[in-house]
Amino acid sequence: MPLDAKIPDGPLAEKWEKHRFELKLVNPANKRKYNIIVVGTGLAGGSAAATLAELGYNVKIFCIQDSPRRAHSIAAQGGINAAKNYQNDGDSIWRLFYDTVKGGDFRSREANVYRLAQVSNNIIDQCVAQGVPFARDYGGLLANRSFGGAQVSRTFYARGQTGQQLLLGAYSALSRQIAAKKVEMFTRRDMLDLVLVDGHAKGIIVRNLVTGDIESHAADAVVLATGGYGNAFNLSTNAMSSNVTAAYSAYKKGAYFANPCFTQIHPTCIPVHGDYQSKLTLMSESLRNDGRVWVPKDPKDKRSPGQIPESERDYYLENKYPSFGNLVPRDVASRNAKDQCDMGKGVGETGLAVYLDFEDAIKRDGKDVIEKKYGNLFQMYEKIIDSNPYETPMMIYPAVHYTMGGLWVDYDLMSNLPGLFVLGEANFSDHGANRLGASALMQGLADGYFVIPYTIGGYLVGEGSDKKISIDHPAFKEASEKVKTGIKKLLSIGGKRTVDDFHRELGGILWEYCGMARNDEGLKKAGTMISELRGEFWENVSVSGSGREFNQSLEKAGRVADFLEFGELMVRDAFSRKESCGGHFNEGHQTEENEAKRDDENFSHVAAWEFTGVDSEPALHKEELVFENVELTQRSYK
Amino acid sequence: MTNSETKKDINLTLKVWRQKGPDVKGKLETYQAKNISTDMSFLEMIDVVNEDLILEGKDPIAFDHDCREGICGMCGCVVDGRAHGPEQGTTLCQLHMRHFSNNDVVVVEPWRSRAFKVIKDLVVDRSPLDKLIQAGGFISANVGGAPDANAIPIPHDTAELSMDAAACIGCGACVASCPNASAMLFVGAKISQLALLPQGKPEAAKRAISMVKTMDELGFGNCTNEAECEADCPKEISITNIARLNREFLKAGLFSTVAK
Repeated sequence: MPLDAKIPDGPLAEKWEKHRFELKLVNPANKRKYNIIVVGTGLAGGSAAATLAELGYNVKIFCIQDSPRRAHSIAAQGGINAAKNYQNDGDSIWRLFYDTVKGGDFRSREANVYRLAQVSNNIIDQCVAQGVPFARDYGGLLANRSFGGAQVSRTFYARGQTGQQLLLGAYSALSRQIAAKKVEMFTRRDMLDLVLVDGHAKGIIVRNLVTGDIESHAADAVVLATGGYGNAFNLSTNAMSSNVTAAYSAYKKGAYFANPCFTQIHPTCIPVHGDYQSKLTLMSESLRNDGRVWVPKDPKDKRSPGQIPESERDYYLENKYPSFGNLVPRDVASRNAKDQCDMGKGVGETGLAVYLDFEDAIKRDGKDVIEKKYGNLFQMYEKIIDSNPYETPMMIYPAVHYTMGGLWVDYDLMSNLPGLFVLGEANFSDHGANRLGASALMQGLADGYFVIPYTIGGYLVGEGSDKKISIDHPAFKEASEKVKTGIKKLLSIGGKRTVDDFHRELGGILWEYCGMARNDEGLKKAGTMISELRGEFWENVSVSGSGREFNQSLEKAGRVADFLEFGELMVRDAFSRKESCGGHFNEGHQTEENEAKRDDENFSHVAAWEFTGVDSEPALHKEELVFENVELTQRSYK
Repeated sequence: MTNSETKKDINLTLKVWRQKGPDVKGKLETYQAKNISTDMSFLEMIDVVNEDLILEGKDPIAFDHDCREGICGMCGCVVDGRAHGPEQGTTLCQLHMRHFSNNDVVVVEPWRSRAFKVIKDLVVDRSPLDKLIQAGGFISANVGGAPDANAIPIPHDTAELSMDAAACIGCGACVASCPNASAMLFVGAKISQLALLPQGKPEAAKRAISMVKTMDELGFGNCTNEAECEADCPKEISITNIARLNREFLKAGLFSTVAK
């Protein structure tokens, strides 16, 4: 069945304006009659909840952490894009749109991306009004920097803590609405199921992580802003609690999961250094503005970096991509680092690292300037690695960072299940097969501040009207019983392997066969391995304690159980996409110069998967991507 | 580059605060942490101890943590008497085991403060910090009405000062390290960030009065200039922010029409 994204007619630049006019409005007095559930308090969820409450809706919002201020958006470092053209360097809404579609390797939806570029400017205005202390020039105007995949300076930043500052802005707006009693905040809650009534999303089941109580919450619509699934890989730059469970529970209730194989491996992370490692740390991509990436020309050259003369270094990005140099998009930079290491030119103890060198930048601009720009990143690096990047080049290696795939949504950000909206990293629509740097923050806030406040009204007074449901409805009882049974099962296994141990093995399989480079044979093998691992999990996992208490071992077990099912879906999606695009690089489909080779004729579509049972094959639905405004080209950053 | 000659495994004795719940008495229990690589973070060391406990059928140590890169503010314990441990300007997740020696005895306790109740073991309830922000740690600017971002120039140095204060991660170390369990550094940082910016000025008086009042109501103590908060703050937020809070509060009390 083809999927209808419900993209408004008319010229690209007028679609959103026209659609906003056509959407039905909810009378201000009636807004207070509607209850909306928002799951997740990151940039998308926090901004959505605050804005919906400002409009007059009653909002219930949920997060896993002890405070809404801790969602993983907080860790975004580099910045947020907007088409302000404050630098007078030729930027425009159209250029931001074009760069994003091209950066995504032509696998995103034109209309959504254009809207994103349009509202990008409003985001910056809103954040400044909230008191976000963006970097400024000496004249007092906002400063910008450039970022990977762009040739203009359109990135706004607050030192290396842009995500933190934007999130605290959204959190402050949310806090104001909590104080005004328009938002009810539920912390330390884990969403474990979505409740449907007559096919419409009408509530959720959560576990109270402090008491272990299974709670039901009903509403007129449900908004998921639960982030990405990068932790399927175990080692990623995501926070420890980031997981796929909420989105996956919606998938199991019938929401389609789109492009799960589109994962972003970020080129500049601190290399792995041991089996016990719990997570990977990102070094902002903004470092590539001033840092130069290199490896020794000779694989046998094991001298320390300072001893290797200029002529014996291979600045492979600058040599291979002269016009973008070190600022090529993330997928290209990552794959090239892997290629260098595969050729044996990797550095450090493991040989799985390349240098990111600031020597020239420090010579050119002085240590002070570099310290101002990147001081906190350098400090973070030194803490972890015990080496001073002002003196010795950093060592970096790619790591899983972001997931472009997510629940399928239409132009209104509503999934195929009426009343279920999906925002931010949890949906799939804007970044195609590869996200450009500084665009995740933009998308999260665009969805929350400027899209959902309009589109949700259309649903509430349209097909979602007159369907008031309370938690007394049998659908809630049924869902919460299912959740309780699942928890009991996990606790009753009493096996010999820890949850972390299973997670490590799953991560290893996905990284090896569904990571930076994939091939059909490996993907097939990975599918079987994950399926076997899942079998063992349900027989041999050890989860301590009970369900009626604060139990972190149980929380993790549920998440890993879902990752084990979801991992198979990732691999299946990767296997079925017989082309290379962006973060999905199938070795069987590459150009002579080893770049990704798309197959626009057969794969210019969104692959949206429908759940049909844990052990049966999911059904594939396709949304054909229509490009009316950009010409599909082979991406070139040379 | 990792310094290979200093790289080694160490063994530690941990004395960890175990407490089943908020109303149950807790006590220090002793655990051995064996073959700990000095490249591990403190939290990874606890992970290793916990994996062993799980396999022995024992209850693992509950502790809060999330981003593990020093920015979310979720982690934090008192290690050997200091919030976030011995390293200056470091969250617990960024404290590496290379700062410990073989056979060290390390005492690990939760944040202690009247305002923060223990939930389990090292996990405490820090929701009073959220309540402080709800009392006024915001600028009332609804979405939709914001002027162009460059409409009001803000001097570079002012923006930088504001950013220094805004760097607070809300971990609660300042409260835990203060002999009075005061939240003045936390509140001072937010008041400063917003009062320094032109956008924050219209509500500055109301904010200062409301946040200080709420701080008292929630059971946080007063500031007596011990400066322990600044010493243990993982983001090295300066106590000059407390001075600015006092100034803003006085100004609000003396010159504004906001009811106290």
